[in-house]
Amino acid sequence: MPQTLTEKILSRASGKNVSPGDVTEIKVDLVAFHDLTGYHVIEVMEDVGTLKVFDREKLVIAFDHLAPPPDVRSAEIQGQIRNFVKKTSVPNFYDINSGILHQIMIERYANPGQVIVAADSHTSTSGAVGAFAQGLGASDVAAAVITGKTWVMVPQPFKITLEGKPARWINGKDIALKILGDFKADYFNGMSLEIFVKEPSAVPMDFRATVSNMGIEMNADALMFVPDQETFNYIKTARGYEPQMVTPDSDAKYVDEYNIDLSKLDPLVAAPHSVDNVKTVNEIEGIPVDQVFIGSCTNGRISDLEMAAKILKGKKVKTRTIVIPASYQLFKKALELGYVQTLADAGAIITYGTCGPCLGGHFGIAGPGETIISTSSRNFKGRMGSPDAKVYLSGPAVAAATALEGKITDPRRL
Amino acid sequence: MIIEAKVLKFGDKIDTDIIIPAKYLKYTDPQYLAQHAMEPLDPEFYKKASSGVIIVAGKVFGMGSSREQAAMALKAAGVKAIIAESFARIFFRNAINNGLPVITLQNATKEINQGDLVRVNVETGEIVVNGSKVLKGKGISGMPLEILKTGGLITYLKKAS
Repeated sequence: MPQTLTEKILSRASGKNVSPGDVTEIKVDLVAFHDLTGYHVIEVMEDVGTLKVFDREKLVIAFDHLAPPPDVRSAEIQGQIRNFVKKTSVPNFYDINSGILHQIMIERYANPGQVIVAADSHTSTSGAVGAFAQGLGASDVAAAVITGKTWVMVPQPFKITLEGKPARWINGKDIALKILGDFKADYFNGMSLEIFVKEPSAVPMDFRATVSNMGIEMNADALMFVPDQETFNYIKTARGYEPQMVTPDSDAKYVDEYNIDLSKLDPLVAAPHSVDNVKTVNEIEGIPVDQVFIGSCTNGRISDLEMAAKILKGKKVKTRTIVIPASYQLFKKALELGYVQTLADAGAIITYGTCGPCLGGHFGIAGPGETIISTSSRNFKGRMGSPDAKVYLSGPAVAAATALEGKITDPRRL
Repeated sequence: MIIEAKVLKFGDKIDTDIIIPAKYLKYTDPQYLAQHAMEPLDPEFYKKASSGVIIVAGKVFGMGSSREQAAMALKAAGVKAIIAESFARIFFRNAINNGLPVITLQNATKEINQGDLVRVNVETGEIVVNGSKVLKGKGISGMPLEILKTGGLITYLKKAS
C-alpha cells in the first residue's frame, strides 16, 4: 500500500502499518520541554514516583518562556529544572542564553521522518524539516520522558502544494495566514497537512518554520513540509551531516488537496481576536498602533530580521518597537550581518531568545486599550496582556512598515 | 459513567488564553487556577461553576496552548464535563489526563441551551436534555476511557508501573 508521509512515519514509530483513524502507541525520537511547562512535567514525574528518563540523549530542555526570569517564582521554576538536569545528567540543556526551544530544535535536532513531542503547542515548528511533531500537555510529556512512548490517533492526511515564487516582502506568515483565512481555524482538526513545494528554493527553511509553527493555529494534528533539496541543504549546512530523507510514496492517497500560487499572495494580517480573521493589509491600512513586536518562534529568524532591517535602514520608528531574534545563534548572525545595528539605530529595543511578549509574560505586555502589531502566532483576547488590548498578526515587513509610520502600513508602498 | 448538571454555554474557539491566562501558569495548584478560569471572558465564572456545571460550546474548544492548567482549572472550578462540537487535540488529551470527561456533539450549541439540565453517558455519548430530548454524541472509549476511569494519567501511570 502506498503511504503518505504521516502514515510512513507513524507506521515506523508504531512498528506496524497504520492508517488514518487508527489509535496506536508510538515510540518517540525526541522529547522536549521548556521552563514554563518543564517544572510541571517534573512535578508529574515526581507524583508518579520516578525521575527516570528513557534516553537522556533524546530529551531536550530549553529556557525560553521565563528567560531571563522576570520575577522570583520564575527564577525558582528555573532552579527546579536545573536541579532535575543535574540529577538526571541530561546533556541537551539550554539555559537562558540559548533561545527559544522550537528554534533550537530545528537548528540542532529535528530530522525528516522523526516523531517529536514536547510540552508546548508550537512543537509543530519541527514539521518544517518533515518531522511529525506534536505539542502535548505536561502529563503526556512526563509519560513520554519516562517511557519513550506516547499514543496518537493517526490523522487524515491533506495535501497542500505551493507553487510559484513569493514576491518581495511576502513571508511564511502570509502563507500561513492564507491557509487560515481560506479554511478557518477548525477545518484541519484531526488532519495532518503535508506540504509539497514545487520549487524548493522558493520557500526557504525560515518560511517553512513559520508555516509549520502555525500548524497548531490551524488545529492540524501535524503540519509537515515534505523533505526536499531545501531540507537536505538546510540540515547539511546547519549541522554538517546529511539527513536521511523520508518522503511520501508518489501515489499516496490524501483526503483532499489544495494549491497556493505564491506569486499571487498579498501581505496578510490577522485582525483581533482570531488567527483566522484574515485580511489583506490594504483592507486595514491606517489603524494607529501603540507597539510593534518582531520576533518569537513564529517570525524571529534571519530573513524576518533582514526584511525589517531593509525597511528601517536609515530611518526612525514612530511606534515603540521590540525585536527578539529567536535564538542566540540568530542574534549573533544578525549582529554580523549588521541587522542589529540597523534596527537599534532605527530606535528598536533588541534582545534575544525569549518568548516574553508573545505569551503575555514579560518584555512588552499590552496595556488596556492598546493596539499591537506582532509577528507572533496568536492574537487571542488577552494573549499579550490586557484583555482590552487588540493584537494584529503580520509578517515582519508589515510590522516594520507599521513601526515606521505608526499605523498599519503596506510595505509595498514605502 | 453518568454525569448530570446544569449547562453553562459558550461559543466557538474558546482558546486556552481565555480558559487560563498565561500569568497564572507559574502555579499548578488547582484551587488557585480555578479562581481564574475563563477570567478574560467572564470574571464571575468561578462563582457560576462552583455548584457543578456542564460546559456546552462550539468548535475547537481549548485551541491554542498545551498548558495542562486549562483542564485543571475548569475541573477544579466545578466543571463536571464538557460537550463541544469539536475539541482541540491537546486540550482533549489534557482533559482526559485530568479526569475531565469531554464529549463531542455536532450542533451542540444549537441543540442545548444555557441553563438546561443535561445528563450525559460518558461511554455511549448519549445526552438527555431536560429529561426528554435525547441526543447522540461521541463517547469516550479505549485507552482514554481507561485513563478517565482511573481518575487521570498520573494514577494510570502509577498503576501501570
